[in-house]
Amino acid sequence: MNFRSAYEIRDRYLRKDMLPTIFCPGCGIGSVLQFTLRAIDDLKLNQDEIVWVSGIGCSSRVPGFVNFDGLHTTHGRALAFATGIKMVNPDLKIIAFMGDGDAAAIGGNHFIHAIRRNLDVTVILINNFTYGMTGGQVAPTTLKGLRGTTAPYGQFENPFDIAELAVASGANYVARWTVFNYIQGINSIKKALQKEGFTLVEFLSPCPVSFGRRNRMKTAPEILKWYQKITVPINRARKMSQEELEGKVVIGEFVDRDRPGLVRAYREYVERAKRIAGW
Amino acid sequence: MRYPFVTGGSDFIQGDEAIARAAIMAGCRFYAGYPITPASEIFEAMALYLPLVDGVSIQMEDEIGSIAAIIGASWAGAKAMTATSGPGFSLMQENLGYAVMTETPIVVVNMQRGGPSTGQPTLPAQGDMMQAIWGTHGDHMLIVLVPSTVQEAFDFTVRAFNLAEKYRTPVVVLGDAEIAHMRERVNIPKPEEIKVVNRKLPRTPEEERMPFGDPDGDGVPPMPIFGRGYRTYVTGLTHDESGHPKTVDREIHERLIKRIFRKILDNKADIISYHEYELEDAEVAIVATGIVSRSAMRAVKMLRERGVKVGLLKLDTIWPFDFDMIKKLAERVHRIYVPEMNLGQLYHLVKEGAEGLAEVTLIDKIGGEVHTPGEIVKRIERGERR
Repeated sequence: MNFRSAYEIRDRYLRKDMLPTIFCPGCGIGSVLQFTLRAIDDLKLNQDEIVWVSGIGCSSRVPGFVNFDGLHTTHGRALAFATGIKMVNPDLKIIAFMGDGDAAAIGGNHFIHAIRRNLDVTVILINNFTYGMTGGQVAPTTLKGLRGTTAPYGQFENPFDIAELAVASGANYVARWTVFNYIQGINSIKKALQKEGFTLVEFLSPCPVSFGRRNRMKTAPEILKWYQKITVPINRARKMSQEELEGKVVIGEFVDRDRPGLVRAYREYVERAKRIAGW
Repeated sequence: MRYPFVTGGSDFIQGDEAIARAAIMAGCRFYAGYPITPASEIFEAMALYLPLVDGVSIQMEDEIGSIAAIIGASWAGAKAMTATSGPGFSLMQENLGYAVMTETPIVVVNMQRGGPSTGQPTLPAQGDMMQAIWGTHGDHMLIVLVPSTVQEAFDFTVRAFNLAEKYRTPVVVLGDAEIAHMRERVNIPKPEEIKVVNRKLPRTPEEERMPFGDPDGDGVPPMPIFGRGYRTYVTGLTHDESGHPKTVDREIHERLIKRIFRKILDNKADIISYHEYELEDAEVAIVATGIVSRSAMRAVKMLRERGVKVGLLKLDTIWPFDFDMIKKLAERVHRIYVPEMNLGQLYHLVKEGAEGLAEVTLIDKIGGEVHTPGEIVKRIERGERR
């Protein structure tokens, strides 16, 4: 990994005329954006062969700040749009920047089906356990008991574990870190960007303004300390019982496999079609 | 270019099949869809043909994903289409608005069936005309074409792609279950006989930076293609000419939306298509569109034989709507009958256009049957006897 300064990364990859970002003080999205740009920089990927797609939410504003082709779409639908882009031009690398509500609630169906197809796309997922942009409502990821404006007395529903959902749906690569795991995060994104098929790197990312202050964590450092308390590295988690894992979030690499991606599968399908049709 | 079906000759096919073949001949190379009666045969034909012409046909998880995928495909440079019926068309409304706002050329086919809700899946209706025009939220403008024969299903689909590319806009082809499943003889032109229009690309660095500008003064910006180094940012938020979100600037919003209206409305003469039958000396007119216009045409012949001076204005395009043409018609006749397979949709547009100069009478029919010519004759005879 090279250690270019953050200024160099900014000047190289961000649209200066779109700054400042919309992100609040203490928000983790900027950190994850930097991890992603550093991964691209380290891999020396061609800026003109990457398309960023997103849906709606704070994290979905990221494609507007980066100097790449970008499609900022409707809430939850980014991966369906990405399917069209990738299948028409398989040479393009697609990065989908999504939030937890975007991916797991309104976009849940597109999410699991994009994974089932093994669409060749890298999803960078910001999980802040809340709807930040609309002011702190509970999300499908909100852990039981945590407060949001639409469950002001504490979440009573079960949360989705997005990483496990992606593993079960058939993703080729799934990792989860917190924004605190700088090196692991960048390495996971680098790995994800180089793999065929669906790859997901999820980050627990602080939202002190909409989420933290409703849950006795008014600042980002308080949320990061909370992450330290609730996260369990995957190797240790495998030795723990279901009861011990209650209320914990597992971090690490969940899966790393090489099933054929959608582009390859379709290419083979076209060959088969032409053979059968005698074309 | 070799096609996996007859070209330069005639074939006896369903409307759905005709739409698929026309799309491929118009250059469509990406189809995303979700099964639904009575539009599934369009998907099935695309699934059969597209792999053979190096295109992509993919079944999405729902209609929301289908229209999303074709918008993505369009930005990657492909001509793209999806097809559905009422329930799916309702699901597509969100992203239809996205296509309007981002000025993405796509073709959406809606083979209407009886509604609302699941309604009458196998039977024809014309209940989605207002939804096709006004279904998505916010001020918006798009083009809606209505075929009345299998031949028109073919011809209008080619035209839909050309209009989408020319005006950088979504175009809706509004068929119905009757045309979808009916088999008729269709003349399929030779490939070189089909006029194919392609979107304009940015020609200068300035145009590359302004993917939502208006360099030609026609309201239609050149469209950059992803992956070609333009570094274009596309958003459904209100944006300025460069594509940057500007969500609280009243002037920018007004300029953007009014340009999207202008690029269609200033070109009504090019976009709107219609046919007149026996209107020269008519004292009574019928205005109809789609499958019903065939019964209306027969009704005109029957009424003429009985001495009623009646003519037909058959609309191929229902949006943009030519209110002036209706007004001129209303000046010449004393009554306009509007037969349609709903409880009154086109009727309201015709009434607005007539400006009270002629009485406008709705001949409604729902339940899944096309008006018979006799029914239209009976209603007009009764109306004219008064």
